[in-house]
Amino acid sequence: MVIFSLGCGRVDISFVQTLKILLSSVFPLTPDWSATTWSVIMDVRLPRIMAGMMVGGALSISGAAFQGVFQNPLVSPHILGVAAGAGFGAALAILLFDNIWLIHLTSFVFGLAAVAMAYTLSRVYKMTPVLMLVLSGIVVGSLFSALTSFLKYIADPMNKMPAIVFWLLGSLNHVSFKDILITAPVFIVCISLLLLVRWRINLLAMGDEDARTLGVNTEALKLLIIVSATIATASAVCISGIIGWIGIMIPHIGRLLVGSDHKYLLSVSMVIGAAYLVTVDTIARTALATEIPIGILTAIFGAPVFAFLLRKTQKAG
Amino acid sequence: MHGRIDIRGLAFGYTERDCIFSDINILLEPGQVFCLLGPNGSGKSTLLKCIMQLLIPAAGSVRIDGEDLSGLAVSDIAGKLGFVPQTLVSAFPFTVAEIVVMGRASQIRMTASPAKKDRDMAMASLEKMGIVHLAHRPCNQLSGGEWQQVLIARALTHSPKVLLLDEPTSHLDIGNQIKILEIVNSLAKDGITIIMASHFPDHAFLTAHQVGILKTGRLLALGNPDDTLCEDVLFDTYGIHIRVLKVKEDINRKICIPVLHPHTRTLVKEVS
Repeated sequence: MVIFSLGCGRVDISFVQTLKILLSSVFPLTPDWSATTWSVIMDVRLPRIMAGMMVGGALSISGAAFQGVFQNPLVSPHILGVAAGAGFGAALAILLFDNIWLIHLTSFVFGLAAVAMAYTLSRVYKMTPVLMLVLSGIVVGSLFSALTSFLKYIADPMNKMPAIVFWLLGSLNHVSFKDILITAPVFIVCISLLLLVRWRINLLAMGDEDARTLGVNTEALKLLIIVSATIATASAVCISGIIGWIGIMIPHIGRLLVGSDHKYLLSVSMVIGAAYLVTVDTIARTALATEIPIGILTAIFGAPVFAFLLRKTQKAG
Repeated sequence: MHGRIDIRGLAFGYTERDCIFSDINILLEPGQVFCLLGPNGSGKSTLLKCIMQLLIPAAGSVRIDGEDLSGLAVSDIAGKLGFVPQTLVSAFPFTVAEIVVMGRASQIRMTASPAKKDRDMAMASLEKMGIVHLAHRPCNQLSGGEWQQVLIARALTHSPKVLLLDEPTSHLDIGNQIKILEIVNSLAKDGITIIMASHFPDHAFLTAHQVGILKTGRLLALGNPDDTLCEDVLFDTYGIHIRVLKVKEDINRKICIPVLHPHTRTLVKEVS
């Protein structure tokens, strides 16, 4: 899939040549390709595909983890306001600095800040009941959405406003190797943490109180999962913008394949999510002469697939 | 023999001012069954949650074999007490085997998944309940009685000394009610101390060594069922007249018969 996707694009490069270029970095092959071709593969397409895999995998595994913690299969990784916060951060940075690095950084910081706000808001009696978390997430999310709208309203309509809108639509367009080098360790740490405690998500999925009767320290476990999944999601959002539907849809496909046990569900969701986003991104950059923002495509594909899955599970249950 | 539970002066309220119950004293020897009765909303479930330390008592202590639960970590409490909730709905269609093995959580390291040993213990629990054939059934396709057995099986996987059951027979037909009560009796025979909340005074006659009636924040009556559940006490508890009769012969126990108020019954006129 990855190699196929590498071969696809505006500049026509054959499958074999793609493979050769890839292997040339490991084996000493004699180049029979032009420098431009090499650059298209290695500098443009490869980082983008790697980013697609990381973002797709991170959003899907976080989605699966969040759905377990919130005991609700309709939850997305954006439930606690991470997307809204990151969106506002990005809009603010676009308005003030116009530097791609600062945009990534501020969106990451605001994404985390939004979730921290929601988490603090939901704390009552030293506990964080799931319902309070969801409601706090909605409150914080709508606050940041409103602030983002305000920024769009005051932004310069010729330059800045379209930039904000495009960023919010989501795209893997401006991902560089540097981005990947910086975010990859973050993804790896967060995803590893989630994978380590993956069986315990089953316990939280039965409800906090029930998990405690089974001897689980629910507050600590919940915090660990929320923090890992949030950082993974915020890292995804800060390099790709807001890509919806993946984190809610892929875990459902995973459940159809391997059942509800999070022991298997998390890893399967991650792999499917990674493959799915690379596929959609390939379509996004090849289907039309100009690139389609990937957030639009995931929603267009996601909605009917999700509707189908819902009907199917209803019939099965 | 372990599983002596000693509850002293237990009190609870959601805020400082209000008080759901106070000064609850219960002492049970290993293998005894305690039946907790009381009208709707009297705080039976709250009391069980307090014993389980899901809710922090405002006063008093719960000791098992002399050890105070208030200082223990949740995983250590799970090693002593098992809890079978009244209503539990799973958001995901876990299989019965997946649910039952969750009972091993307190014995499994934070970063580990159930090992073969844990899965074997889950299967042994299912066998004990006689529901091995359900192991691969999704939990949302079980009947009420089967679900209750699954939850009891799950609680048994962490080998508790004391088992708390919150209205285990609610929503069950009479056949399944008796099946659950027989399970309760056989677990008690194995030496597990049991505290069970119930809506039926008859269940106390069928299972309990001791019965307690929770009403208006205190234990209205406490003692062995035959002496405690008399007609006056039942009237004070439920506000209706209940006759308590002793059935002799091969049944040889007391039963409760509610007496309806004559005016509330529609008289069936004989058709001539």
